[in-house]
Amino acid sequence: MDIEDARKGTKILLDGVPYNIEDAEFMKPGKGRAIYRYRLRNLIDGSSLERTYHSGEKLQGANITTREGQFLYKEGGHFVFMHTDTFEQYLMDERILADKQNYLKEGMVIVTMFLGDKPLDITLPIFIEAAVMKSDVTTRTDTVTAQMKRATLETGLEIDVPVFIKEGDTIKVDTRTGGYVERVVTKK
Amino acid sequence: MTDDERQRLARLEVNLERRAAVFRLTRRFFDEQGFLEVDTPIRSPAIAPEKEIIPFQSEGWFLAPSPELYMKRLLVAGYARIYQMAHCFRKAERGRLHNPEFTLLEWYRAGADYTAMIKDTERLVLFMADQLGLGESFKYQGKTMELSAPWGRITIRDLYMQMAGWDPVADPDPARFDEDMVNKVIPYLNPHRPMVMMDYPASAASLARLKPGNPQVAERAEVFMGTIELANAYSELTHPAEQKARFVEETERIRREQGRNAPLPQRFLDSLEHLPECAGIALGMDRLVMLLCDAAAIDEVMPFTSDTA
Repeated sequence: MDIEDARKGTKILLDGVPYNIEDAEFMKPGKGRAIYRYRLRNLIDGSSLERTYHSGEKLQGANITTREGQFLYKEGGHFVFMHTDTFEQYLMDERILADKQNYLKEGMVIVTMFLGDKPLDITLPIFIEAAVMKSDVTTRTDTVTAQMKRATLETGLEIDVPVFIKEGDTIKVDTRTGGYVERVVTKK
Repeated sequence: MTDDERQRLARLEVNLERRAAVFRLTRRFFDEQGFLEVDTPIRSPAIAPEKEIIPFQSEGWFLAPSPELYMKRLLVAGYARIYQMAHCFRKAERGRLHNPEFTLLEWYRAGADYTAMIKDTERLVLFMADQLGLGESFKYQGKTMELSAPWGRITIRDLYMQMAGWDPVADPDPARFDEDMVNKVIPYLNPHRPMVMMDYPASAASLARLKPGNPQVAERAEVFMGTIELANAYSELTHPAEQKARFVEETERIRREQGRNAPLPQRFLDSLEHLPECAGIALGMDRLVMLLCDAAAIDEVMPFTSDTA
C-alpha cells in the first residue's frame, strides 16, 4: 500500500504484527518532502508506538476483520470455536488466548479478530457469569474489614471473592479487571 | 443529508462568513492598487515538474497545482500587476493544514524582487486584520499573534545554524533539510509573531532566481505566521536556458525515482525569454482564513474537504 493511501483507522502490518493507525499527522514544508507521523496501536497486546514515514514509502496493509464466534470446547492446547453464521469451526492456541482463556465458558459468544483467515485475538464480554467450583472455608470473623478469600471458577479463573460466597454459587466477574462484581441470584 | 452533516455545516457558518469577507477584502486590497484579477485554466497539458508535488491527472492533462506558469505568460505579454485566487490540486496532501484541493492567492509584480512581495504580504495581512476589526493583533489557539510590521527576517543559513546546528547552504542535503524543517525548526518558531525565512539553498530554488553575487542561495522566501507556513515568494527566474535545465533535471529525477512521466511545459519555456524581471508569491488562502477564524484545522474553514466531499 502507498503511504498516501493510508489514513487514520487503516490497519497495517509491522514485522507481521497488525497495528491500527490511531492518529496521523501530515506535515509538508513548502516544496519539500511529505512526512507522516503515526501513532500506532498494537492490535494484539494494546501497546502503542510512534513511527515516522516519508512520501514514496510503502506500507503493508493488514486485512483485519472481526466475526462473532461461539466457544465450544477445549482440546489439548487448543480452544475450539464456531462461527455463529456459517457454523464452521476454527481453533485458537491457548498461548494466543493467554489470560483470556480463563474467562471462556462453553457456549459463550465472543468476537474474534482475524488477520486474513487466521484468528488473532478475541474480545470478551465485559461481564461473565460463572459458578464457583472450589473455595476455602474461612473462620475469621473478628475484623471489621471486608473479608476476601480465594476461589476457583468453572472457567479455571482464580479470583478473590467475599467470604459469604459458597461453592456452587454463581458470581459475576469483570473481564477487564478480573475482579468480583456480585453474586448472581439464580431462580430455582 | 445526515443530521451530523447538517450540524457540521451549521457550525461552520460563522467561519464561512469570515472566509467570504477575507476573499472580498483581498479583492479590494489588490483592485485599489491597480492589480488586475485574472482567471487562468485549472486543467493544462503540462505543469511545472516538481518531484514533491504530485498532480492529479484529467484525461491526460493535469489539474493545476498552482496558476504560476499561466500568470508568468501574462507577465510576458506585458501585464505588470496581476493577482488570482485559484483552486489548486495536489495529490495526497491531507492533514491539519492540507486538503488536496485548496485555494492559492498568487500575485505578481513586474520590475520587483521577492522583498517587495514580503512587504505586500505584511500590508495585506494588516489591512485584513484592521478591516475585520481585529486591530494589529489577534488570538490564535490561545496565543496572541502580534502583526505590526516589519516582520522578522532571517536567512535559512542562520536559522539552521541556530536551530539545527548545520549549514544547509554550504553542505546541501535536501532530505535532511526537509526533515529538520519539520522536526527542529517549525515547531520552535515564535508563536506570537510572523517571520520570514529568506534565501533558500540553490538546490531548493525551484522557479526562483539565484541571488546575484551569491549563487549558493536562491531569492526565495517563506512567510510563517507563528508555526504556520503561509506564503512562498520568489524573485522569478527569467533565464530560459537555466529554467529549462532545472526542469529537465527534475523531470528525470521524477521518472527515475517515482516512475512518473512529467512532460515539459513547452509554451511556458518558449515564452520565458521575454519575461521581464519580476517577483511573485503564493499564499494559502485557507490558512489565512484559519488564522483569522482561530480555527485549529483547515476542515473548519471549508465546507467540504476530501473526507466529506
